[in-house]
Amino acid sequence: MSSTWMTTRAWLLMLPLLVVMVAVIGWPLVDTVGLSFTDAKLVGTGGNYVGFDNYANMLSSSNFSRTLVTTTLFAVISVAAEMVIGVLAALLLNQQFHGRAVLRALMILPWALPTVVNATLWRLIYNPEYGALNAALTQLNLIDAYRSWLGEPGTALTALIVADCWKNFPLVALIALAALQAVPRDITAASLVDGAGPFNRFRFVILPYLAGPLMVALVLRTIEAFKVFDIIWVMTRGGPANSTRTLSILVYQEAFSFQRAGSGASLALIVTLLVTVLAVAYAALVKKTAGSAV
Amino acid sequence: MERRSSAFTMFIYACALLLAAIILAPIAWLFIMSISPAADLAAKPLRWWPQAADFSRYQTLLSTAENSAGAAFTSSLRNSLEIAGMATLAALALAIPAGWAVSRTPAIGWSLSMVIATYMLPPVALAVPLYMGLSHLGLLNNVFGLALVYLTILAPFTTWLMKSGFDSIPREIEAAAMIDGAGLFQTLRIITLPLAAPVMATSALFAVLLAWDEFFYALLFTSDQRAKTLTVAIADLAGGRVSDYGLIATAGVLAALPPVLIGLVMQRALISGLTSGGVKG
Amino acid sequence: MLKTITKTLVGAVFAGGLLVPHAFAETTLNALFMAQAAYSEADVRAMTDAFTKANPDVKVNLEFVPYEGLHDKTVLAQGSGGGYDVVLFDVIWPAEYATNKVLVDVSSKITDDMKKGVLPGAWTTVQYDGKYYGMPWILDTKYLFYNKDILEKAGIKTPPKTWEELGAQAKTIQDKGLLKTPIAWSWSQAEAAICDYTTLVSAYGGDFLKDGKPDFQNGGGLSALKYMVDSYKSGLTNPNSKEFLEEDVRKVFENGDAAFALNWTYMYNMANDPKDSKVAGKVGVVPAPGVTGISEVSAVNGSMGLGVTAVSKHPDEAWKYIEYMTSQATQNQYAKLSLPIWASSYDDPAVTKGQEELIAAAKLGLAAMYPRPTTPKYQELSTALQQAIQESLLGQSSPEDALKTAAQNSGL
Repeated sequence: MSSTWMTTRAWLLMLPLLVVMVAVIGWPLVDTVGLSFTDAKLVGTGGNYVGFDNYANMLSSSNFSRTLVTTTLFAVISVAAEMVIGVLAALLLNQQFHGRAVLRALMILPWALPTVVNATLWRLIYNPEYGALNAALTQLNLIDAYRSWLGEPGTALTALIVADCWKNFPLVALIALAALQAVPRDITAASLVDGAGPFNRFRFVILPYLAGPLMVALVLRTIEAFKVFDIIWVMTRGGPANSTRTLSILVYQEAFSFQRAGSGASLALIVTLLVTVLAVAYAALVKKTAGSAV
Repeated sequence: MERRSSAFTMFIYACALLLAAIILAPIAWLFIMSISPAADLAAKPLRWWPQAADFSRYQTLLSTAENSAGAAFTSSLRNSLEIAGMATLAALALAIPAGWAVSRTPAIGWSLSMVIATYMLPPVALAVPLYMGLSHLGLLNNVFGLALVYLTILAPFTTWLMKSGFDSIPREIEAAAMIDGAGLFQTLRIITLPLAAPVMATSALFAVLLAWDEFFYALLFTSDQRAKTLTVAIADLAGGRVSDYGLIATAGVLAALPPVLIGLVMQRALISGLTSGGVKG
Repeated sequence: MLKTITKTLVGAVFAGGLLVPHAFAETTLNALFMAQAAYSEADVRAMTDAFTKANPDVKVNLEFVPYEGLHDKTVLAQGSGGGYDVVLFDVIWPAEYATNKVLVDVSSKITDDMKKGVLPGAWTTVQYDGKYYGMPWILDTKYLFYNKDILEKAGIKTPPKTWEELGAQAKTIQDKGLLKTPIAWSWSQAEAAICDYTTLVSAYGGDFLKDGKPDFQNGGGLSALKYMVDSYKSGLTNPNSKEFLEEDVRKVFENGDAAFALNWTYMYNMANDPKDSKVAGKVGVVPAPGVTGISEVSAVNGSMGLGVTAVSKHPDEAWKYIEYMTSQATQNQYAKLSLPIWASSYDDPAVTKGQEELIAAAKLGLAAMYPRPTTPKYQELSTALQQAIQESLLGQSSPEDALKTAAQNSGL
């Protein structure tokens, strides 16, 4: 069998996937680019060419810069917290204790819970008048009056991050745990003989094994956190005073609530560009880490 | 095996208990809310355990009497099942040949990389043209239309999983079968696909979970009982206009049940999928 | 000549072919309503059941979304060939819906009996540019509800007539230790906050727009926001109000945790229902107060109408359904949560019985209803104002600056 035939055959087998991807991703993306240079409305006629006006307006608006900061804060803090808590949980689950198998099984629960259900659940927990968090903290005498967790700009974003983190840290923990189980026993044993303390043992013996898988998790979680929509839509819709409005929510508002498809498209592409830059930078980092790790 | 001091053992158990509490408390509370009388949930101080369990909300939501709140909920349940099922089948139908092709012909691997790179695209970047396109085809508010859109998420991911699954099946086995005179499709059918069955199952599970979880496209592209999915139905309930928190919690429990059961029963397959093929949250 | 005859014949056959199965086949209408508030979901289902019993050839699928999703759902469904036939719309949307051709002009279907029978204030809900885009269905404004028990304990004889008096009475209640924060509002970053704000704008005699340009940043519009901020900062207002929608306000009021609450008609009979409410029998209602020297009472036009969408394939059946839903008989039957649009209902003992206090408040309140601005860009204006209100409440910005920014961002 010739290699040209092999390649042709492979392309033929790829073809259905590629056709569908072009139809549901490629074409819409190109169309979005086209729309972003027009003042098109969502419903009705095509709109007129306006050049880079949409981009200029969006980039110069205070809404955009503020939303960008909010989104970045949300992504950085929630992903960092998920990584730290996830690795700690994995180290714990790698110890021997009774009930370990059950606890490992439980870890899948938050991850399996649909995002919207998770958001709904936490919205109920944070309820300012009848929520479980206020009740628990008051009954434990940790706060003296019920508080408006999702109504104060100071706590709303944190409250969202906690809810997001609760759902996603178990995933990091499961990935880290699988990596930990791949660390050969004799290596840890050898480091014990060498007299390495627990911190050094983690830093120099265990972490290199975790670095690769964790980097992948980090990249994917960061991209997802940057695109966040569901949890914020259900819990705060961007309030109070827009303090939790992320880029995706802003695009929704522009394109669908205000029906300005053109400027919504330009904003969506700006977001896409940001995510791409982020991902490329990360990918380089992954390559570096993976190369040096094992 | 390292020896542990009893203080350290205590510490481990304390941490394990804390972790279990963190994981379980919110989920348990969701269930308790769903069976607590409304008055208990508005009590100050809050009543943590209902005086009498009240399962009537489950009955309300699962009743199929025409023109009732239950009918609306069960239709969204059915839509979610249909859409997740169709999208998963379609995704696998695309992913299996593509995954095999890339696995056996690394020269075309870059095309898969491009497909996977689309994962970075925020759905908002595709939403407006997809909306207009579906509208043009008359597929807005339609389960087929939404299932088609879900391929944007499911197909790249399942192809990736399938590709790494095929990678772990030695091509020598296929070569041996072909030397024995089997044609390509015969080889695939008799040798490769049965060996890849576990990966196919894992891919299907992930696809179902992803489709079940999707919210943004469903919010935009569906409007009523004909296509509205569970996630949108729950967001509508949670929108601050339903005063019975227990009812919202009940809907949450019902929507969480299928993925949580899949997660618990199939966790070995899921975790291996998460760690071998890569990761996806 | 022959050609013409053939054409006519073909036309007739064609029309007949379309019409005949039509008369027998079941027509399915899709209708969009909002969840809770005013008529409850159960009420809408019951009304619809009665309609389909009377019209067995029509089937109606009902869809309920929260108010916050009502506008976007309506607009998004426009693109789908089989979208909604009947939609509920807020008084602020006809301008946009008419401009973007979401709703059809039904002026020709409004009969003289309707024109005479329905209260004039209700008609403003469905009109834009002199045309009718539907029938008013919910005639509503925000009233001041009070807890008679708490007022009595505080030694307060009559509920407040002015906003200033409201603050003073709340202070008394707070000082006597009856409640920490006596007043509840719906100031969440949502349209609900605009409704409370508009009530105050009407009290202070402000204007949203002047010659098509924003004017809320001056005069009464500014005083209204300042009142909200003062009430919030003084601690007389429940600080969680900035997170509340109307249902949260109702829950707090029904739980006895508020002495005063601004809310729609529906709360009166719900809060008086001992099944869910701890304050049943103690609910008082008066028109929202006025401002000395400017107004006696204040009110926002919070009415909603039912319209036929431009994409409906069954506009005639859809209109029939709307006629039924807005008919005086139906409205009188369900008058406990939403008062009828029909003038003569207010003297009908069957309607007024058991809610005389509400009817008395309604007669004053409905007459004073103040509109939110009519503009196709209402969504943007409202979003900008919501932000201004929240920023001022949270102390991120002074009311003056916040409203000036909102005026710039309003798209007008």
